[in-house]
Amino acid sequence: MFDALAQNLVYGILVGALYGLAAVGLSLVFGVTKFLNVAHGEFLMFGGYASFWLFTLWKVDPFVSLPAAIVFLLVLGAVFYKLLFGRMVKLTEAEKIQNTLLVGFGLSLILQNLALRFWTADTRSITTFYSGAVFTFAGVRFPIVRLASMGIAFVAVVALQLFLRRTYTGKALRATVENWEAATLMGIDIQRVYLLSFVMGAALAGVAGALVSVGYSIDPTMGMGWTLKSLVVMVLGGLGSITGTFVGGIILGVTESATGYFLSLTYKEVVGLVLFILVLIFRPQGLFGTKEG
Amino acid sequence: MNRRQIALLLLIIAILAALPVVIKSDSTINLAVYVLLYVSLASSWNILGGFSGQTNLGHAAFFGAGTLATRFLWLSGWNLFPSLLAGGLLAVALALLVGIPAFRLRGVYFAIGTLALSQILYITVGNTFSMISSIPAQDLAVYQLAPRYYLFLGVALLTTGTGYVLVNSRLGLGIMAVREEEDAAESLGVSALKHKLLALSVSAFFGGLTGGAFAFYHVGYYPQLPFGIEWTFDSMMMAYIGGVGTIVGPIIGAVFFVILRELLALKLAEMHLIVFGTLFILVVLFLPGGFVGVWEKTRKALARR
Repeated sequence: MFDALAQNLVYGILVGALYGLAAVGLSLVFGVTKFLNVAHGEFLMFGGYASFWLFTLWKVDPFVSLPAAIVFLLVLGAVFYKLLFGRMVKLTEAEKIQNTLLVGFGLSLILQNLALRFWTADTRSITTFYSGAVFTFAGVRFPIVRLASMGIAFVAVVALQLFLRRTYTGKALRATVENWEAATLMGIDIQRVYLLSFVMGAALAGVAGALVSVGYSIDPTMGMGWTLKSLVVMVLGGLGSITGTFVGGIILGVTESATGYFLSLTYKEVVGLVLFILVLIFRPQGLFGTKEG
Repeated sequence: MNRRQIALLLLIIAILAALPVVIKSDSTINLAVYVLLYVSLASSWNILGGFSGQTNLGHAAFFGAGTLATRFLWLSGWNLFPSLLAGGLLAVALALLVGIPAFRLRGVYFAIGTLALSQILYITVGNTFSMISSIPAQDLAVYQLAPRYYLFLGVALLTTGTGYVLVNSRLGLGIMAVREEEDAAESLGVSALKHKLLALSVSAFFGGLTGGAFAFYHVGYYPQLPFGIEWTFDSMMMAYIGGVGTIVGPIIGAVFFVILRELLALKLAEMHLIVFGTLFILVVLFLPGGFVGVWEKTRKALARR
């Protein structure tokens, strides 16, 4: 009984780290550019397929091919930024949110249907020789792959945090989040900052997707679910805090697995959304946010 | 509307009313039913999404709630019209549940809230009612297509008609003022919250009513089906491609969508979504007025010459 509960919590934390990673990417883009890229889940899906095909066609280990997935998503992000999102930089904040939302939906529809057409609707996952490896501690099983994925997610978020705190470019990004007009006056090239945060968001989605394809499974329609989870985590985390968002992801993962354990597996997918509506009604500033946040 | 437009409108209504009498092919009538369904759905989405500028990503929740309530009440012996009304009201109740808290905040909350609502219902309804909902055999024996068609025609006329009256009323001006410049509208005593909630309620009610008509029309479907996210996206794209924030835009978009889908379905399954998605992005980025906007511009350009 206790073991089963502990096992569930561990699985929740492990998957929650990936929710957190995906949400950090979305949140970074939203914080800097006020673009609500709802094709984020499709970016994640493309990262998953990149890693899947590299493994299936050329036997490249998914952890080795991670940089390739990152580069692929950086390029993809840059292409979509130049083609679509970059055109909406000059709009007001409300228009930006609305139009990027709409363009993002069109894009997600296109990407999802392209994936369906070229890669079929089959659910795929990567099975390596170490996929079944498990490390047991106090009666609780820790699948090695998922543990490693959580570690990578953690490293990615810490690296992002360091980049934002320590480097000049990172500071420019944070300044833009605070006040883009003042940032422009200080000589920060807004266009470049926007492009950079957008491609970084895409790359974070790519990492998350690649990790999902090893420890879990991918399919062409997965994007919407991941976008929704990222949106919920981003808002629950209180918009703008990287650490808060990552922790929010883990909380969502644990809540989901607790729901699966105590209530029913079928409601696992619903609980985050219900949480969002409840927070919206009773605590609109987010779980960790302040009133004027 | 001027006299010529009224005459044109009456002519179109007369043709639509005569359709089941003239055409005996069921497949054509079924196609017409879907056109009318999408006209109602896109027009009802547009009342909120177009005129008040609030992007509703959960219209499927309202459409689905309408089908669920109407189907249940109608099959349990209620008359059709009270069942339809109940479906519309249930949709309004759900809309207010998300709308009241979300409209107090600006930004992303309403869009995500409505999307979350529709996904919650999609999954929950799928789990709770996993059996297919069919019209009982004795009713099926006397099933006729024509009354269904006329119901859809009625709902489509009511939805677009209400939209037209609303937009040309004082309340409609308030709704559009809030869309254009919320703070300015508030400073003139126009309550943004009240006008957004009004547009939302009307939009959800007609979305629910369209769902009710679907419940009366469809012989057998999974209760989850009408909650699917594609109902939201399809109506949203139709409204934008036709011309968001206009009365005729969603109508043109719906007709275009159904025809394009029929044409492409013959050759490439699901290809219509790629085509529609591309068109939708192009409209949002380059032609915010959609087909109606292009037409207006061309007409003005021609008039100037």
